Amino acid sequence: MGKLTTIDWVLNRVHDETVLMIGGFLGVGTPDSLIDGIVKKGVKNLTIIANDTCYPGMGIGKLVVNKQVKKLIVSHIGTNSETGRQMTAGEIEVELAPQGTLAERIRAGGAGLGGVLTPTGLGTVVAEGKKTIIANGKEFLLELPLRAQVALIKAYKADTRGNLLFRSSSRNFNPLMAAAADYVVAEVEHFVPEGDISPNEVMTPGIFVDNIILQEVYDNAVEVGKGGA
Amino acid sequence: MKPKEIIARRVARELRAGNVVNLGIGIPTLVANYLPENMDVELHSENGFIGLGPVPQEGHEDADVINAGGQHVTINTGGAFFDSAMSFAIIRGGHLDITVLGALEVDEQGNLANWMVPGKLVPGMGGAMDLTVGARKVIVAMEHNAKNGSAKILKKCRLPLTARKEVDLIITEKAVIEVTEEGLVLKEVAPGFTVEDVRNATEAELIVSSELKEMAV
Repeated sequence: MGKLTTIDWVLNRVHDETVLMIGGFLGVGTPDSLIDGIVKKGVKNLTIIANDTCYPGMGIGKLVVNKQVKKLIVSHIGTNSETGRQMTAGEIEVELAPQGTLAERIRAGGAGLGGVLTPTGLGTVVAEGKKTIIANGKEFLLELPLRAQVALIKAYKADTRGNLLFRSSSRNFNPLMAAAADYVVAEVEHFVPEGDISPNEVMTPGIFVDNIILQEVYDNAVEVGKGGA
Repeated sequence: MKPKEIIARRVARELRAGNVVNLGIGIPTLVANYLPENMDVELHSENGFIGLGPVPQEGHEDADVINAGGQHVTINTGGAFFDSAMSFAIIRGGHLDITVLGALEVDEQGNLANWMVPGKLVPGMGGAMDLTVGARKVIVAMEHNAKNGSAKILKKCRLPLTARKEVDLIITEKAVIEVTEEGLVLKEVAPGFTVEDVRNATEAELIVSSELKEMAV
């Protein structure tokens, strides 16, 4: 069965103070079963790197509501009023990053790069305390790479080697995070034998993926069908 | 016609066949409803695809196909999904022709503020900073004044900026205003309003274009 394991096995790597990357965009492409496992385990003071904190009772939002998060590095919190409340009350630290910058910082973390030069954020509060660099006559902001101890990602399909195929707009940050953490787990809807995913269709090579778990719960706000990958 | 519809209809006239366009949340999203039939515009969704299609019929939603506002949408035949790094490579790399965004404030230099009100509202910038910096043309689509009547087109933005000097065109229910090196140029005034009406609703200085037209919607 190769890399297939249980949620409990994965959670042995998630403790108080763990730095986590979690995939998804407003809950789509988020590993809901693993999040439910973390809620059940009750670990505290997590740092979470993700695009957003979803909605209060959904996806990453559950970890915020359950007060398990110390720090967030995200691009958007507007859909989760509880994140805003905890931030205003000083209960949670929130570092807001432009979405494209966040994506590239994660990519840099996984790609062995020392940073990213981007024009995004120049002349705004995002640039405060950061170095600017002139390259080819243009001004850029130096943004530093992000890595995590554990990345929890969501894919549609995995094979025994951990090769992944994502479906539709659930891909988002998942392939980037797969390269940027010490321990990477993919929650998947389908687990297939080696060879069932053509090498031409693999979106994230299995070498990035340490373990696979099969999805048990699905949080999407609307119960809807899927038209095949 | 409601102000929002007037704005969306006028913005739609800025789009050309073959353009790659990102429509922000709110009034900008409505622009898609007023594109000429069969006009081939590629709509980009920053959560990771090109070929954004209409909202599906009830019961035909696909859980994995949402837009950046979290609504269920569709993807057109010939569209493509990708990851967030490629999505923002499209935005930042000069591959996005037009972005249409809402605004809290915009000023004479083309500075834009649309992501936070300190102490009141801090939703985060999401993709707005990258879109404003990266798109070849930045169109602000918004109601001319705030709900309390105060000006939103200012001499200088007071709220924290989304990006500096990036706005090209401002389209409201009252006017079309171009951002130029010389300042804000009033190009079109909507039916039912005068230049004075627009000036009174605007804090920024307006230069009246020598080719001032009635706004077509």
